[in-house]
Amino acid sequence: MELHELTIHELLDRLRAGETTSAEITASVFGRIDAVEKEVHAYITLMRETALAEAARADERIRKGEIGALTGIPIALKDICCTKGVRTTCGSRILQNFIPPYNATVVEKLRAAGAVFPGKTNMDEFAMGSSTETSFFGVTRNPWDLDRIPGGSSGGSAAAVAADECIAALGSDTGGSIRQPAALCGVVGMKPTYGRVSRFGLVAFASSLDQIGPFTKDVEDCAIVMNVIAGYDPRESTSVPEEVPDYRRFLGKGIEGWRVGIPKEYFIAGIDPEVEAAVRRTIQVAEGAGAKCIEVSLPHTEYCLAVYYIVAPAEACSNLARYDGVKYGFRSEEGRDLMEMYKKTRAAGFGAEVKRRIMIGTYALSSGYYDAYYKKASQVRALIKRDFDEAFAKCDVILTPTTPTPAFRVGERTDDPMQMYLSDIFTISTNLAGIPGISVPCGFTAAGLPVGVQFLAGHFQEGRLIQFASAYEKHAQIEKRRPTL
Amino acid sequence: MQFEPVIGLEIHAQLLTDAKIFCGCSTKFGAPPNTHTCPVCLGMPGVLPVLNRKVVEFMIRMALATNCRLNRECNFARKNYFYPDLPKGYQISQYAAPPAEHGWVDVEINGGKKRIGITRIHMEEDAGKLMHDEHNPASYVDLNRTGVPLIEIVSDPDIRSAEEAAAYLRRLHETLVYLGICDGNMEEGSFRCDANVSLRPKGTEAFGTRAELKNMNSFRNVQRALEYEIKRQQYVLEGGGEVVQETRLWDDTAGVTHAMRGKEEAHDYRYFPDPDLVPVVIDDAWIAEIRSSLPELPLEKRERFVRDYQIPVYDAGVLTASRALADYYEEVVRLSGEPKIAANWVMGDVLRFLNEEKRDIRECPISPASLAGMIRLIQQGTISGKMAKEVSEAMYRSGKTPQAIIEEKGLVQITDEDALAKTIAEVIDKNPTQVSQYRGGREKVFGFFVGQVMKATQGKANPQLINDLLKKMLAG
Ligand SMILES: [Zn+2]
Repeated sequence: MELHELTIHELLDRLRAGETTSAEITASVFGRIDAVEKEVHAYITLMRETALAEAARADERIRKGEIGALTGIPIALKDICCTKGVRTTCGSRILQNFIPPYNATVVEKLRAAGAVFPGKTNMDEFAMGSSTETSFFGVTRNPWDLDRIPGGSSGGSAAAVAADECIAALGSDTGGSIRQPAALCGVVGMKPTYGRVSRFGLVAFASSLDQIGPFTKDVEDCAIVMNVIAGYDPRESTSVPEEVPDYRRFLGKGIEGWRVGIPKEYFIAGIDPEVEAAVRRTIQVAEGAGAKCIEVSLPHTEYCLAVYYIVAPAEACSNLARYDGVKYGFRSEEGRDLMEMYKKTRAAGFGAEVKRRIMIGTYALSSGYYDAYYKKASQVRALIKRDFDEAFAKCDVILTPTTPTPAFRVGERTDDPMQMYLSDIFTISTNLAGIPGISVPCGFTAAGLPVGVQFLAGHFQEGRLIQFASAYEKHAQIEKRRPTL
Repeated sequence: MQFEPVIGLEIHAQLLTDAKIFCGCSTKFGAPPNTHTCPVCLGMPGVLPVLNRKVVEFMIRMALATNCRLNRECNFARKNYFYPDLPKGYQISQYAAPPAEHGWVDVEINGGKKRIGITRIHMEEDAGKLMHDEHNPASYVDLNRTGVPLIEIVSDPDIRSAEEAAAYLRRLHETLVYLGICDGNMEEGSFRCDANVSLRPKGTEAFGTRAELKNMNSFRNVQRALEYEIKRQQYVLEGGGEVVQETRLWDDTAGVTHAMRGKEEAHDYRYFPDPDLVPVVIDDAWIAEIRSSLPELPLEKRERFVRDYQIPVYDAGVLTASRALADYYEEVVRLSGEPKIAANWVMGDVLRFLNEEKRDIRECPISPASLAGMIRLIQQGTISGKMAKEVSEAMYRSGKTPQAIIEEKGLVQITDEDALAKTIAEVIDKNPTQVSQYRGGREKVFGFFVGQVMKATQGKANPQLINDLLKKMLAG
């Protein structure tokens, strides 16, 4: 096995044993990037020089016996996480040359834990999309089939982990943007509870839904990264001062006697039969491990998409107002007065999907429409949250498909926003309710495309998700495949 | 037809917190452009606001001082609009659920009292400032002011004249300054006032169409602008026309209001709750704690001064114009035990000296102890009232104590009876003619003798003592 193919915990073992160095690992990762990045295009910005310097410093510390939770491990960052001195584009022309003078809190935490940053990964513009096709910097390809999309919006991070162009990565999830690409690329992706991981320095899409989380090659790595990034941040008002357990404590434990809720509303017409079959098999695996599967109901599921496409664009149209050409980022030079500068800057700086959502959001908040749209959506959102509270009174975790279909072809849905929006149908409710969710690989289609299964738990029950996912991973014995690139 | 004006005022007061409302930057006025800024108040991508609780505390102080009802929970909302002085493209303000409502203040109008209702008080962040290049078609933005905390105080439409508006404005201004939460500087913009004005036929209830007045940066301008606007609307209505709902700017030089042109009008601010901030909870314990730390307010202080110190209402008004002046006066009273004399000296010489140099009472070189000491010296007869004038001036110029000045200038009044009797005997000896005139019944000559004794003592003799001794000695 090449170093870049290994997991965090395998590499940490080797680093501790002195069998390898971070310099070697980092070089191996860049070797892989050099080999496959042309085809995959997972990254917007590579940070080769600083990464090699970080690796050298990590080796220095390891020699002194100061090995931290992620010392010397190359972890890619979605280009939505602000990095001091390194451009942070959010996949948009309007931030094409924006260099933040500050780090996101998660970046600070990874750095303090000793991580090495190979680069900033590609994404849908401002995280608006489910395929990474709306990026100003070009499409990312699914490593399992280069004609297909990797999912989105964190498609670059998912593809980078799947293609071994990094050891793990961070993404952000507003309506499924971690779990959906994780499923489509065959890796593990977790969206933590809203308020669990700091949003400071995460370029905002929809502030009440956004959450940062890890992409990893297995569940153990997910626990390792969560241990580093979770926790209260005084720089964020919505951060929750809830104690962070050691998530590794939940690994390798059984799930005997656990009640697994299967929401009837999630096995709907339109779900791909191969996906459904794979997910149904996970139910058997869970039962084989001693869990008891029961049917639960989330009666407001059918409204999730509608609620989401009011709340998220409403918040987005306000969050994206700051990109006006006045202070930083792209400015059109064609405007002859202030109003024209605004219009031409935003017309040229934003792509079509971002503009569509700004318009939807502006409309939903307009006077005369606010009550009918935004206010009503907020009320239904409370009902969706209540659905989960009631369901979790009956079960410990909920099991659903992560996506209705495997990865679709590049260009297949770009002209049909509704089709595109439907790819998040199983992941959106989690964000609306603020609960944590994890997507874990659960098999392949006949065409060799990965399928993911999603587990959900109550607020701040990430430990429970890790325990369940780890047990599932152990019992399912999903065949280890690597994409052929 | 007789028209009646209906006026409501919106006041924006900058709060004197050290840090801005949602970041740690300084609020100090006058720094070089964009030096009091950070990624948060610059509206950079991904940054988040964290509420400065001091701002809430200051808002509660004002709410309590104006008899408002405090709501247990309030939210921040985003007010969305594009302008270069607003880096996020929205202002964080409060909309649907304000923290304080249903208050009132009493103002004095023509010797009577009038109660003016306060609709609401809420917190928000200030915007930056644009500076336009006079020589080039360019504008610059200074974001030092961005994120400085404001409270907006909205009155009920209870005000019926420009004078009432001015009285209400003064009352809120002095209250804010007394509470120590706003410096009240109108020229620097830390206290701003907008007005809504409409007219209606006297005796009717329904409101007329209103105009919003802006750009009035002094008490005088508010009153002038309102007077002008009332006349203008009256003229329009009497001519059979209609008042247009619009924003009008006061032009100080021309003394008129004129309609603001163009796109600033008809904004849809698309308010919605700010998802980056959590609801602010104001519990009873917090309110009680703040209430117990509230200073005495100007009106209460004024009434107490009249009652306890027996000074005229006018004097009490002057002496409570600021908390510092009232404190100064009360200290002089405490040390001298003479409230009326203290009032005369503070309102007389002390304020005159300060006004001549446009200085504040806090910079007064005469300490309350020195002024009280001087008053005691007058009362003890050590110096005369006339000497005291000289002493107070010297104290103001030098900052020295009255004792030191009296010694330096040799100003001590002669109160030694033997020495004075000797001088009087000399005067009597030198003026036999006048003595016989006096003894012959011409009592007016007494004044001549007083003058002669004063002259001989260079004005240092105690006048009362001269009188007593002269009378005795002339009687023979
Ligand atoms: Zn700041």
